[in-house]
Amino acid sequence: MATTAPRRAAVIGGNRIPFARANGAYAKASNQDMLTAALEGLVARHGLAGEHVGEVAAGAVLKHSRDFNLTRESVLGSSLAATTPAYDVQQACGTGLEAAVLVANKIALGQVESGIAGGTDTASDAPIAVHEGLRQALLSLNRAKTPAQRLKAVSRLRPGQLVPEVPRNVEPRTGLSMGEHMAQTAAQWGVTREAQDELAVESHRNLAAAYDRGFFDDLVTPYLGLTRDQNLRPDSSVDKLSKLKPVFGRGDDATMTAANSTPLTDGASVVLLGSDEWAAERGLPVLAHVVDAQTAAVDYVTGHEGLLMAPAYALPHLLERQGMKLQDFDLVEIHEAFAATVLCTLAAWESESFCRDRLGLDAPVGALDRSRLSVNGSSLAAGHPFAATGGRIVASLAKALHEKGSGARGLISICAAGGQGVMAILEAA
Amino acid sequence: MAGAYAGFVNSAVGARLAAQLGLPRPVRLRRYSADAPLVDSPVVVAGLSEAPVAARARALLTGEGVEVVASVPEGAKVGAVVLDLTAVREPADLSLVRDVLGPAVKALRPSGRVVLVGAAPAEASTVVQAAARRALEGISRSVGKELRAGATANLILVARGAEDHADATLRFLLSGRAAYVDGQVVRVGAGAPTEPADWSLPLAGKVAVVTGAARGIGASIAQVLARDGARVVCVDIPAAGEALARTANRVGGTALQVDVTAPDAGQRILDHATTRHGGLDIVVHNAGITRDKLLANMDESRWASVLDVNLGSILRMNEVLLADGGLRDGGHVVLVSSIAGIAGNRGQTNYAASKAGVIGLVDALSTDEDLRRRRITVNAVAPGFIETEMTAKVPFATREVGRLLNSLSQGGLPVDVAETIAWFSQDANAGVTGNVVRVCGQSLLGA
Ligand SMILES: NC(=O)c1ccc[n+]([C@@H]2O[C@H](COP(=O)([O-])OP(=O)(O)OC[C@H]3O[C@@H](n4cnc5c(N)ncnc54)[C@H](O)[C@@H]3O)[C@@H](O)[C@H]2O)c1
Repeated sequence: MATTAPRRAAVIGGNRIPFARANGAYAKASNQDMLTAALEGLVARHGLAGEHVGEVAAGAVLKHSRDFNLTRESVLGSSLAATTPAYDVQQACGTGLEAAVLVANKIALGQVESGIAGGTDTASDAPIAVHEGLRQALLSLNRAKTPAQRLKAVSRLRPGQLVPEVPRNVEPRTGLSMGEHMAQTAAQWGVTREAQDELAVESHRNLAAAYDRGFFDDLVTPYLGLTRDQNLRPDSSVDKLSKLKPVFGRGDDATMTAANSTPLTDGASVVLLGSDEWAAERGLPVLAHVVDAQTAAVDYVTGHEGLLMAPAYALPHLLERQGMKLQDFDLVEIHEAFAATVLCTLAAWESESFCRDRLGLDAPVGALDRSRLSVNGSSLAAGHPFAATGGRIVASLAKALHEKGSGARGLISICAAGGQGVMAILEAA
Repeated sequence: MAGAYAGFVNSAVGARLAAQLGLPRPVRLRRYSADAPLVDSPVVVAGLSEAPVAARARALLTGEGVEVVASVPEGAKVGAVVLDLTAVREPADLSLVRDVLGPAVKALRPSGRVVLVGAAPAEASTVVQAAARRALEGISRSVGKELRAGATANLILVARGAEDHADATLRFLLSGRAAYVDGQVVRVGAGAPTEPADWSLPLAGKVAVVTGAARGIGASIAQVLARDGARVVCVDIPAAGEALARTANRVGGTALQVDVTAPDAGQRILDHATTRHGGLDIVVHNAGITRDKLLANMDESRWASVLDVNLGSILRMNEVLLADGGLRDGGHVVLVSSIAGIAGNRGQTNYAASKAGVIGLVDALSTDEDLRRRRITVNAVAPGFIETEMTAKVPFATREVGRLLNSLSQGGLPVDVAETIAWFSQDANAGVTGNVVRVCGQSLLGA
């Protein structure tokens, strides 16, 4: 069978709705509402109304069972041609980026000419589950055929089972929240409160500046009256942040606050990918190409590695395949799950022993010029609707690289629950 | 759309009361639809001497399957009257108006049309002829005020040698597209009109930009231009992006979030039109705001923002859009003025300044040597009272008065303004430039 040499998928553009704080502007919007809105803005920006797109891959981390076909349903509610296939993807906070990699790979292999990748999440309209005991009793009741069986099923009910279960941001295997996990890693790496607050302030400042210079004019479409990310505090300062009480960690190690951790957020984002030919036929300029991608996972359950450290492990594979150094990247985006996540990852790459013992490298990855890091703000300022973060970063990095000029390279790093990490490299077209 | 007054006079009690008091009763106006005939009843076409425009009218109406008659058939109703008086030499010639128009007006169906055609007074060969030609304007405006039930009267003035160039204007004024255009004078001059392959798609293959397209009149303009065959770039401020996306997706166009007052707005619009659609044929400067205040209390920001959005931004964008490499030869620029820019309005010194400035811009650009050479037409609409969110902000009593102070006794709809803009945008209409057409139902303001 003849195989075609892989081509590079083009990142053509993106769209997201402004991110809202949980129970804020989108309190009553569902995942499907938000994903559809993000799609509609993308369709309008690129003139795709009525057009067939190769596929749409997107997902949500917190998902109702009725949303089993969330992405396809969103496509049907959009202005895209109804012939556009769609499927759901889920890899915790890596969902959006992983979806982009999936679509890019299909384009690279020539299986589709165009595709849309994205994600949506709502912490406000979260699915609420019934107590496991109640669920089992209701299922027995459903199976029951005789009055006696029914009575028996009902008799197993206990008042305590009527309390609904709201999803918690907790690792099932450790019972620790993500923040508690992060606090342990931060303590290990000796990440200071000041460094975290500085990073958070920088994130707000960069995001506000990007809005002010119109950077998001063709990346964001307002939704339900919100025109900018609701979490954005342009006037945030280290002085103000230093007054906040820590929320994770203990004693001297309690350095993590509500300001240097991402808040619960609602939002959705999508990215338009395609072959160069598909883009050219429609007069759509290409911003960047997807060069490579890598996922990794770590053993955090035994405490061998920190929950959010997987991206540190993904990087050497990418660098080796591409014959690059970290310092070769013009721009780097490390998703700010917490300010400490970014700082621990950077510290690990600078550490000789970590790079030798854990990554098996002869020399450390080395320091990153911080002026190349998340130059247009990141999750601490924008917020982090889990599955929507990947699309946000892919689209804004592609645009920022394009502004830098052809050939500029950028790295994306996203950590995810379950000790996973997703990375990708983009290159300006 | 109808408003409280219309609702009342069309109710059973209201109707009786309105009839007793002689109050106006607004009717539902005939508006364009692709499958409706150009005019739904026979049309009287007449003229003095050779009447070259009447001949064109007869041909185009017959081509559309409309019955043409020389006078009102006994006991019948007619849908329109076209009277070609281009040959008028002296006031005595005007008696034809009484002979033909008098009976025809009586037989006019609801939403009927009176279209008078004259020659340009400025080109008259004698003083007597100039006076007689100008007389037509008084006639058409008065007839407009006498007509009832949604019927309108307008005048076309053709320049010497432009007798064959009025087809697109005749079609427009006779059709439902001109529902709210009443008491207007359209000047048709030289230029090289080209007939569309299909009169139901007069803008086929064209690329148009509409500013302020998220809602109101702009959204309607995008819709009508797209219906007529154009690819539409919909522009509005980033904050209006959600509604803008809706407009763009509805009309199969593209959304471009840009504030027209941004220094690079013109360049971004042109780049978008060129890279996405291969060029630019039609520019509609529709974005506009009001910030009303009596002059004595007018603050700097109200004054400056209105002048900048409604006028300054257009001047800046035009530097790019109308330069070489911008709008294609034979393209069309349409501006949106307002009757406030003609009549003035209490509390609107800033707004009226900007909208009168727009008229000045039409005058200057339509006589610009370079644009003339490139066959670019420049015209403006001056809407009267149009039912939008902008006018919904007007206090109740003023709003009801605005709705009623015109010959059609109702406010216009955004689509009425949009239809007029789409007509200005036709290549078939290349002879029409430098015109300011009011879409006001013959409002009494500034008339
Ligand atoms: N409604 C009327 O009765 C009436 C009468 C006369 C003239 N007009 C004119 O018609 C035009 C449209 O009016 P409308 O009634 O639809 O108003 P509208 O307020 O409903 O819509 C105006 C649109 O322009 C947009 N806009 C405002 N400032 C902008 C900027 N800086 N950059 C880009 N877009 C901007 C707005 O966001 C809005 O979508 C205006 O020029 C207005 O002055 C309206």
